[in-house]
Amino acid sequence: MITCLYFAWVRERIGCDEESLSPPSEVGNLHQFLDWLSRKSAAHAHALSDPTILRFAINQDYATMDSPIKKGDEVAIFPPVTGG
Amino acid sequence: MAHIRVQKDPFDVAQELAALQKKGADMGALVSFTGLVREFDDDRRITKLTLEHYPAMTKRQLHAIAAEAEARFSLVHCRVIHRFGPLHPGDPIVLVITAARHRKAAFEGAEFLMDWLKTKAPFWKKEESSNGSQWVAAQESDDLAAQKWTAPTVKPNGQ
Repeated sequence: MITCLYFAWVRERIGCDEESLSPPSEVGNLHQFLDWLSRKSAAHAHALSDPTILRFAINQDYATMDSPIKKGDEVAIFPPVTGG
Repeated sequence: MAHIRVQKDPFDVAQELAALQKKGADMGALVSFTGLVREFDDDRRITKLTLEHYPAMTKRQLHAIAAEAEARFSLVHCRVIHRFGPLHPGDPIVLVITAARHRKAAFEGAEFLMDWLKTKAPFWKKEESSNGSQWVAAQESDDLAAQKWTAPTVKPNGQ
């Protein structure tokens, strides 16, 4: 099971702030996870259509497309941050 | 040891400065930066700014970066307070205080922390203005400002 969190407009487009997901075993990195997740619904596809305008974290650390994903991880998907 | 807080409530700058100053006499410089909600952004009049954040990541990342700032600039102390929730023009959003033996380290430490907060801390602003409601877009100028802390040092001959 992977916990997936969404923030800001990603959350609004997908329509929830958190999902528990069980991707197939061949999903081993972030790139593969996003490919799989974007096929879940039209809303997911819309929110994830351009990964270059998104940022990702795995277990609260910034992640890149080749970052490995395993069961029990917390994945977060969000737009570039605007704090401060 | 850095003092980090993420809170909904306002903060009192004078009180925070006094608290840090009490921590010891081994400081010759105290720098503070307060970020406020602007009333106007370009031609839009802002009526409300709502900050959302990712609490677990904020906590983890803020402690790491504050420790890095303390080591890198030999800070005696640093204090970071960041607010979330609904804010209005003139409200304080963020406070960074750095204490060091000399002013250069305190100034640089504060700038380093702010540049990092702007580009890496997981906060997002949604603004309500005369143009309606929209998520604030990240600024390229903030990324460029943050990059200087990782850029290779310029050699003495300027090459």
